[in-house]
Amino acid sequence: MTTPTKERDVPTQELERVTIRFAGDSGDGMQVTGTQFTRTAAVFGNDISTLPDFPAEIRAPAGSLPGVSGFQISFSSSDIHTPGDEPDVLVAMNPAALKANIGDLPPGGALIVNTDAFTGPNLQKVGYGTNPLTDGSLKPFTVFEIPISALNTRALTGLDMTNKQIDLTKNFFALGIMFWLYERSMEPTLQWIDQKFGKRPVIAEANARALKAGYAFGETTEIFHTHYRVAPAHLPPGRYRNITGNEATALGFVVASRKASRPLFYGSYPITPASDILHQLSGYKDFGVTTFQAEDEIAAIGSAIGASYGGALGMTGTSGPGIALKSEAMNLAVMVELPLIVIDVQRAGPSTGMPTKNEQSDLLQVMFGRNGDSPIAVVAPATPGDCFDMAFEAVRIALRSMTPVVYLSDAFLATGSEPWAIPSVDDLPDISVPNRTDRAGFQPYSRDPVTLARPWAVPGTPGLEHRIGGLEKADVTGNVSYDPDNHHRMQLLRVEKIARIANDIAELEVYGPDRGDLLILGWGSTYGAIRSAVERLQAQGRSVAHAHLRHLNPFPRNTGDVVRSYRRVLIPEVNLGQLLLLIRARYLIDAVGYDRVRGKPFRIAEIEEEAIRLLDDPEAPR
Amino acid sequence: MTEPTLGGDAPLSPENDRVLQQLQAAVPLTRKDFVSDQEVRWCPGCGDYSILAQTQKVMPDFGYAKENIVFISGIGCSGRLPYYMNTYGFHSIHGRATTLATGLKAARPDLMVWVITGDGDALSIGGNHLLHSMRRNVDIKVVMFNNRIYGLTKGQASPTSEFGKVTKSTPAGTVDNPISPLTIALAAEASLIARSVDTHTEHLQATLDRVGRHKGSVFLEVLQNCNIFNDGAHRDFTDREVREDRMLILEHGRPMIFGKDRDRGIRLAGHQPEIVTLGVDGVTEADLLVHDESDPLIAYMLSRIYWPEFPVPVGVILDVKRPTHDELLSAQLEEAVAKRGVGDLRTLLDGGETWEVTA
Repeated sequence: MTTPTKERDVPTQELERVTIRFAGDSGDGMQVTGTQFTRTAAVFGNDISTLPDFPAEIRAPAGSLPGVSGFQISFSSSDIHTPGDEPDVLVAMNPAALKANIGDLPPGGALIVNTDAFTGPNLQKVGYGTNPLTDGSLKPFTVFEIPISALNTRALTGLDMTNKQIDLTKNFFALGIMFWLYERSMEPTLQWIDQKFGKRPVIAEANARALKAGYAFGETTEIFHTHYRVAPAHLPPGRYRNITGNEATALGFVVASRKASRPLFYGSYPITPASDILHQLSGYKDFGVTTFQAEDEIAAIGSAIGASYGGALGMTGTSGPGIALKSEAMNLAVMVELPLIVIDVQRAGPSTGMPTKNEQSDLLQVMFGRNGDSPIAVVAPATPGDCFDMAFEAVRIALRSMTPVVYLSDAFLATGSEPWAIPSVDDLPDISVPNRTDRAGFQPYSRDPVTLARPWAVPGTPGLEHRIGGLEKADVTGNVSYDPDNHHRMQLLRVEKIARIANDIAELEVYGPDRGDLLILGWGSTYGAIRSAVERLQAQGRSVAHAHLRHLNPFPRNTGDVVRSYRRVLIPEVNLGQLLLLIRARYLIDAVGYDRVRGKPFRIAEIEEEAIRLLDDPEAPR
Repeated sequence: MTEPTLGGDAPLSPENDRVLQQLQAAVPLTRKDFVSDQEVRWCPGCGDYSILAQTQKVMPDFGYAKENIVFISGIGCSGRLPYYMNTYGFHSIHGRATTLATGLKAARPDLMVWVITGDGDALSIGGNHLLHSMRRNVDIKVVMFNNRIYGLTKGQASPTSEFGKVTKSTPAGTVDNPISPLTIALAAEASLIARSVDTHTEHLQATLDRVGRHKGSVFLEVLQNCNIFNDGAHRDFTDREVREDRMLILEHGRPMIFGKDRDRGIRLAGHQPEIVTLGVDGVTEADLLVHDESDPLIAYMLSRIYWPEFPVPVGVILDVKRPTHDELLSAQLEEAVAKRGVGDLRTLLDGGETWEVTA
């Protein structure tokens, strides 16, 4: 271990939960800093939840507000569901980071600032008329002023590096301070530095030195009077790893491909925040995964449909703007009734919107954004770890019902992380379906009596040569048909096929009382905030339950019964009421929405407050 | 669990299957084997009938079983062709047939994949996909019916309609310059580029034969007559009486000679082609340009000459060998398995740092 020997006796305080936000310039390495702290906390055994928040600009002008990049991590000795409403500690590497984030720091919160960055030009750049470090505006906070740049430069004396290179390592100095403050081992990060920069020994040495110097600074300086301990959480027994939603998504699909005995083909076009899935899958060639970076979104889905037609597990992935482009091809998949997975990692819209910011506003787009009545199955994971389960579920449904399935993730799930209990591969079911090979009685559009799936007769199968396409099909034979009654019948069959999926999926689970005053119904990445709010409300003795839809089309069979069992139903969404519209239309109940589209996930407190408002005033206007 | 595999396994015992395959192999397929039970519904007199017939005729020559051949089309009159072929077929959406073909070929390198398209489908709405399928050398055979008009939508200007053409959508004449499909194919690096004519049945058959045998990205332009909306689009040089004088039939390694009397040819004057007459001013065959299918510069020149300044070149303009898209993709997968072995799911899920939580 490289932990320096203790030179002074600092008392340790036990805390249940701490939320830290690292904020700096987008070139300052804040994502790396946050990720390293996360790994360390995860391996230590805390429950964790993270929220990276970075600009779309790769390198916005240095020191500017648009260039601020942040990473929030909440770590706890108890079960947590969100990255925290507000930070307990804000690390601000420059005035821009301070200005962009100080509004979120509650009074009394700890603020660690790199004083070296608070120069005249840097202050001017973000419109500070006076220096906040000296003008008294930071009085409500506990401020730790540390000349991080200067201290770090001194620690790196003697290394053959430019000033610019040295400056790039100051994030590790800051990380070192935080490791000391929260009694964390530097070892995992030192190993990571070794792996990452092993081929450039000077850079590796510099980062390691910066980290150790920050730690030693915490140890020796008089400005910290306490350090803090957050004990490991009591998670259910098992083997864990830290995982982001995009990682879990990729793993879920690879495992599903194996359990379906079909090679995975992923056609995709780069788009934030879905590109990481393409990157990750491209590394799984030894699992038979073929990735194809197409010329555009349409080619990406076209190639996936072609692969599915050939008998592979065809998949494509994108975000909202890409879904718009893929719509016609999604409809082709609906018509030819081939399995297909369409991943939509949602981001803030409309149009290009805010590409790196979170929103869950593509639900109605994927439900209805196609010409004709075009039913499509939709699933949505609730947490980063749940991305694995729902990816697997999406494949199971697609194969069993011979249908395209939309998998709705979002930017928060994609980049956020949590500890994940690694599932046992052997416990996962076989989800393979056979190709049709029997010539006797073969009809391209005959149907399974239970699921209404048509046979999957792939090219290369002797005797089953047939033609499919986007023109309306005659029932059973699949020949082109303009017969009016046939068209009506086929429309109903397509709708019925998707509706029957409900017979084969888990029922909607309720957390809390079976009936009562209030049900909070959510979907997607709002899970953590809703669950935490409901826990708090229940602890206050309120009659409140939480249900979270992971199947959006079709809904679980008991959804109607659940939503009718409470006096009020509150549906918080990071959109302007899309699930609300579906629930009200489908079940004719007077559900109430709570919508906030700020590019950020919900805070627990705002859902809690809205719930209390409804509970205390049954006539509360919407 | 077994490795994922694809393909149709006949529901027969291995022994019976072997016998069946032997029997099938012993009986050569004929044109009739490739005729589907669907009634052909193009307008009477359409050039598409001839293209369909020649395609069905050459299909037995390639040694592929019917079930291993797939025809994929987009939207337009040409898009109906897969319904008439008794193979696997996929009538997809406008302009996107090449994308489906790319994915299918990547997943199933064992299949022979044809893409049937038109000038609007391939060069207008599907232009982007066409370019990229060719640059990747996707092993698919793109056959583009060029009638220089939108037929299925009843007569609007297409990307190959001549400048100034009056159509329903351009009553004052189109102001768009037409593009040269072959030049585009060259720029996009297709590995076999050819042109033929719907009514020139022997030539079309011979060209389709080359197309079927090529491994890599094929772009074949078939000059096709739409007798309803653009009748006689190619008549000036394809009519029986004039075609020998107005078309240049290309043969690899042979001088470029044309004319009813085989007395005219193409010669290079500096870097410009010119028409010369054999025997006049001492011109002999030795002075003529010799066609070389492997030379992209000659191919470029041929893609730029057209009636009425020059005879229209038909035949194989370029034929080069490059690794195909599916070969390259498969090689990467094989290399990954050779290096790391077949991926193990447990190792995959355990990847990175893990920790145990005990009760």
